[in-house]
Amino acid sequence: MFYREAGQFKTSYEADQALFPIRQDRIGLGIILAIAFVVIPLTANAFFLTSIMIPFLVFALATIGLNILTGYAGQLSLGTGAFMGVGAYSAYKLTSIFPEANLILVILLSGVFSAGIGVVFGLPSLRIKGLYLAVTTLAAQFFLEWCFIRIPWLYNYNASGAIEVQQRELFGVIATGAAATPLTRYFIVLSIVIALTWLVSNVIRGRIGRQWMMIRDMDIAAELIGVRPLTAKLSAFAVSSYLCGVAGAMMVFFWLGAAEPSAFAISLSFQVLFMAILGGLGSLTGCYMGAAFIWILPVLLRVLLPSLGLSVAAETVQHLTFMIVGALIIFFLITEPHGLARLWRIGKEKLRVWPFPYG
Amino acid sequence: MVYDIIIDPFVQMVEQPDFLLQVLWEGFVSGILYALIALGFVLIFKASGVFNFAQGIMVVFAGLTLVGLHENGVPAFLALLLTIGVMGVLAYGVERVVMRPLVNQPDIILLMATIGLTYFLIGFGELVFGGEPKRMIADELWLPTGSTAIEMGDGGLVILQHIDIAAAVIAMVMVAGLGVFFNKTRIGRALRAVADDHQAALSVGISLNQIWAIVWFAAGIVALATGIMWGARSDVSFALEIIAFKALPVLILGGFTSIPGAIIGGLIIGFGEKLGEIYWGPMVGGGIESWLAYIIALIFLLFRPQGLFGERIIERV
Repeated sequence: MFYREAGQFKTSYEADQALFPIRQDRIGLGIILAIAFVVIPLTANAFFLTSIMIPFLVFALATIGLNILTGYAGQLSLGTGAFMGVGAYSAYKLTSIFPEANLILVILLSGVFSAGIGVVFGLPSLRIKGLYLAVTTLAAQFFLEWCFIRIPWLYNYNASGAIEVQQRELFGVIATGAAATPLTRYFIVLSIVIALTWLVSNVIRGRIGRQWMMIRDMDIAAELIGVRPLTAKLSAFAVSSYLCGVAGAMMVFFWLGAAEPSAFAISLSFQVLFMAILGGLGSLTGCYMGAAFIWILPVLLRVLLPSLGLSVAAETVQHLTFMIVGALIIFFLITEPHGLARLWRIGKEKLRVWPFPYG
Repeated sequence: MVYDIIIDPFVQMVEQPDFLLQVLWEGFVSGILYALIALGFVLIFKASGVFNFAQGIMVVFAGLTLVGLHENGVPAFLALLLTIGVMGVLAYGVERVVMRPLVNQPDIILLMATIGLTYFLIGFGELVFGGEPKRMIADELWLPTGSTAIEMGDGGLVILQHIDIAAAVIAMVMVAGLGVFFNKTRIGRALRAVADDHQAALSVGISLNQIWAIVWFAAGIVALATGIMWGARSDVSFALEIIAFKALPVLILGGFTSIPGAIIGGLIIGFGEKLGEIYWGPMVGGGIESWLAYIIALIFLLFRPQGLFGERIIERV
């Protein structure tokens, strides 16, 4: 055995309900946080921060948002990209109307607009479900994308039609715009993502999260024992779109710096959906794993293929990525519908009972 | 403002009847093409309850294979035959690799599997044939490519592309053929039995695997026809994939299981979209084609969730 939990007794309700009741998990989390907050900033170069870590964190948050809706509440959504767009555009409008406002506040507020719009497009879920709901979320996707193009007020009547983030300061440090250092942006994104993940994990373990899962598993039974579908479903849409909105705002403010409407096209929705499926529907750890996997796969391919002696063009890598991702989606749906998170859990079980297969 | 919305478009329609006719014709043609894609969806949904998101990419893939083979020196009609063969291999592969292990999974899982299939086919198609748009070999396949201008009484013109007429005719032939196939042949009856109840069909000796391979093949043929027609109007490229999304509202209108529903739904969406874009679109800055179909479908969904000809009563929560 590599580790065991025997002897860790819980003597109070608080201990029993703790987020990480097992000591090894707490140590593991501490190590991960230490790496994220200390090791990576000390060792990583700008490329690693801006091209890998920041997008990974942003996508992880968006995936958590989608996972709340699809993994926990069982409502398939294909409109994630548009909801991220709503967050991005409202953050942009907020910071141009109130240039003095605290940047964190702007980012967190922009999710509220996204949540509102998410609830509006979630309303049909009260009458329809499954495939039909996928169509309403597609309607949201195309309608909102059109709005980003056709409503000039949203992008301040820019000639380019794109939103560009101006320089803004946070506590006296330049946080956005071209002059912001990758490290600053990384720290802000990391802090927001970790704080929101912590909040969400508590929501999921609580009353609302239980209601979502009941609706997902059997909606009629849930209704019979007193879950109101109205509140459960709409709250899932609200929380999900809020997180997606914040992710979208961070995507433009701390990663891209500028974005055209096409940045929030349906391919973004699919990308996030794939992260959720591969990582594992109904798991927060899975969101991080899925986001890391899908984001890093193309980079890995670009590095690995030449080292195998194959010279490949950039577009070939992209095509290969599409093929591999598509095949992996099918593979995971068939063999392990709970995704990478489930594999991780199996791995932990194995370590616990090693060298015996069962224990 | 109210005048602009309620009265003015109709005044325009009456004042320029030739333009209206042209718009209606355009709507008719795109409606037929939407209907053809929806037909592919319906075939698979009817026989397996799978919502095949990959139908759109199958259209592109079929078109690309045909053009790609021809570019490499294969004569047009041989290329057509080979493409049919490729769609058959694809159908068998999908049944074997994707559908069989996923029997009895929830709808959403199957839908996501077909989204995965979509991505796989996009990557594969681009890898083999390249991503740039290609011209459809309409002439070589003896498809009419000219156009006829019909003069109206007051000097106006209505221009009819011959390829559009051909598309309409082919669509009708296909629907009639599928209708006969479903109702008169042994396999057709087996298909309907599978759609009604997998277990019962199995217990009377119908091979599910075979049936599924057959429907996916049929859907592949429909995709090929759609790819040729659509490709002849614009080029064959991966941008066509977006038309797959148009088929969803069509299906909502027509019902997921009805072949006539797919046709009529397609026509309603086609007409509605073109009329809306031309007469009401300019008020909001145009480009409303991208979402109008969805809004029509959503409104419709509120009143008649099972669609015009749908059999299945949707579950109410």
